[in-house]
Amino acid sequence: MPPTAEGEVAPGTARPEEGSPDAPALDSLPEVAAAGAANVRGQWVIFPSRDTYVQLAEALRRIGFELCSDLCAVDYLTHASRRLPDGVAPERFEVVVNLTSFERRERVRIRVQVPESDPVLPTLFGVFPGSENMEREAFDMFGIRFDGHPDMTRILMPEDWEGHPLRKDYSPGRVPVQFKEAPGPR
Amino acid sequence: MTDRHDDMTDETALPGDDDLTAPAGPGAEDDSEDEEMRALLVHETSEGPQELQDFDATEPEELSIEEGAVLRMPEGLVLDPGDVDVEFGDDETMIINMGPQHPSTHGVLRIMMELEGETVLRSKPVIGYLHTGMEKTGEELTYVQGATNVTRMDYLSPLNNELVYSLAVEALLGIEVPPRATWIRMLMSELNRMSSHIMWTATNGMDLASTSMMIYGFREREMILSFFEKTTGLRMNHDYIRPGGVAADLPDGWEDDVGAILDTIPGRLDEYDELLTGQPIFRERTEGVGIISPELAVALSATGPILRACGVPWDLRRTMPYLYYDEVDFDVIVGTVGDTFDRYAVRLNEIRESCRIVGQILEAMPKGDYRSQDKKVTPPPRARIDESMEALIHHFKIFTRGFEVPPGEVYTAVESPRGELGCYLVSDGTNKPYRLHIRGPSFVNLQTLAPLLRGGLIADAIAIISSIDPVMGEVDR
Repeated sequence: MPPTAEGEVAPGTARPEEGSPDAPALDSLPEVAAAGAANVRGQWVIFPSRDTYVQLAEALRRIGFELCSDLCAVDYLTHASRRLPDGVAPERFEVVVNLTSFERRERVRIRVQVPESDPVLPTLFGVFPGSENMEREAFDMFGIRFDGHPDMTRILMPEDWEGHPLRKDYSPGRVPVQFKEAPGPR
Repeated sequence: MTDRHDDMTDETALPGDDDLTAPAGPGAEDDSEDEEMRALLVHETSEGPQELQDFDATEPEELSIEEGAVLRMPEGLVLDPGDVDVEFGDDETMIINMGPQHPSTHGVLRIMMELEGETVLRSKPVIGYLHTGMEKTGEELTYVQGATNVTRMDYLSPLNNELVYSLAVEALLGIEVPPRATWIRMLMSELNRMSSHIMWTATNGMDLASTSMMIYGFREREMILSFFEKTTGLRMNHDYIRPGGVAADLPDGWEDDVGAILDTIPGRLDEYDELLTGQPIFRERTEGVGIISPELAVALSATGPILRACGVPWDLRRTMPYLYYDEVDFDVIVGTVGDTFDRYAVRLNEIRESCRIVGQILEAMPKGDYRSQDKKVTPPPRARIDESMEALIHHFKIFTRGFEVPPGEVYTAVESPRGELGCYLVSDGTNKPYRLHIRGPSFVNLQTLAPLLRGGLIADAIAIISSIDPVMGEVDR
């Protein structure tokens, strides 16, 4: 039985109170400023590099983004030259993390570029233990490995499955449909 | 071998013919035949000649073991582990699998448990048995068809799935939905929350040996499902809430139907409250069982009734309002201890709050359009197709090619009966989503199972799994 995540919980998560007006502004954080943030449709989006990704998540948790709502990956195979903020080089994969702050009642989105040649990202497990299942799903579906994850195994597909189904070069498969019935003996 | 085989068929055929003519009696002829038969039944094997014995030569005990009847045997007849030369240490633990076909796992959930006696030491939920690649399917379907796909994920609250998908598409399209459509969406979403929680109360009662609760719960759910059927045409997988509005207006006399639901359900809820809350066995099995602290729940990303049961007042309807939830009056139910009983109490009272909301929607429902009049996303009315070539072309285009959505990404979330239901949608400007990711609350909430089961009894595991309320269709997607 592989090791599970039970009992290992990051300390210091506090009970949310009513929204406090004097919460520090998001872009005042040095980690956020270094990565560059943009406000898209009323939600902050931050593009850190792979090296600063975990530090950024830690810094965001310190200022109140305690809940890791969602973590998923996107395969931009056919959009290699899409537009991203200055200084962010587009790569094939992107891992998208949505964090939620109880105090601010706000969400922030982190988008990390992951190259095809080396699809590895440090795990968020140490900061948000709740990302365990979601990282396993991203690994299963896209083949992105999360370094330091306690149980980096397939979660939805069978263990001996080959390939990662949500990659864009993975064919969905077809079942041949016979529209016309073969003429019967008459 | 072939010769012997031919012999055998001849030999067996002949006595049969004799039997028809003359009754067979014990005689020298039969004995010799028996011996011949016996000789035929001796087979050369790698361990020398082996004789096949008659069926009744097997001891009854052995036979019952072979036939799998050992669990039905009286204890005295079952093999005593002391007879066998195997050592059982006191510190031995056992790993067993619960599921994926266990009736208390609410679907195809398998839990690997390490047990010491009856105490659960470690556990790990194993999922994926219902994985059908719905996110991949979502990339193959147009935005118009997409709602039919997502509605099948959480089959107990399909309208919430359609809602979160439609909100995401509309956010990318940048279109406004008429007020009546939004109120209808709220009405359906709240009724769906009621039906889902009632269903949960029913199955939870079943798990904790209150069979009557099962029957009662299904009866009440039926009322709501009949209303859904009248409105959407289907009892489940409605495809009713679509990008741009809803598929059809509410049927004539819907106020009476909803009024009847509101007249019936609160009274029945009081009965169930009495039936379960006032029942010593139920309280014994739920109180103090499976306690989770708010810190742990937040760290494991749990949302919905699990998070609220440990005292965190986080309900997206209140804290990040969508639709018109900021215009209705309702309470966010929270618990204090965070045990299985609190999770039950939170869900039961949320049905009452939903009744309150539905009552206010009944008052507030405005007149007007039930879908956006944007020609791009809304098909023309049926009558117009007969009159206008333009309308026919529009209708044809929407249902064959669909509409294009401007490029961009969006994350929307609604409060489904199970927690935060999110949708991350990436569009590249075509008529199909480039990536459709659904954040299923059951999938994430399942992570709390291992810490909840830890140190408890295996009988408590039933109560705890039920209190997490996983819907496997959404877990595996």
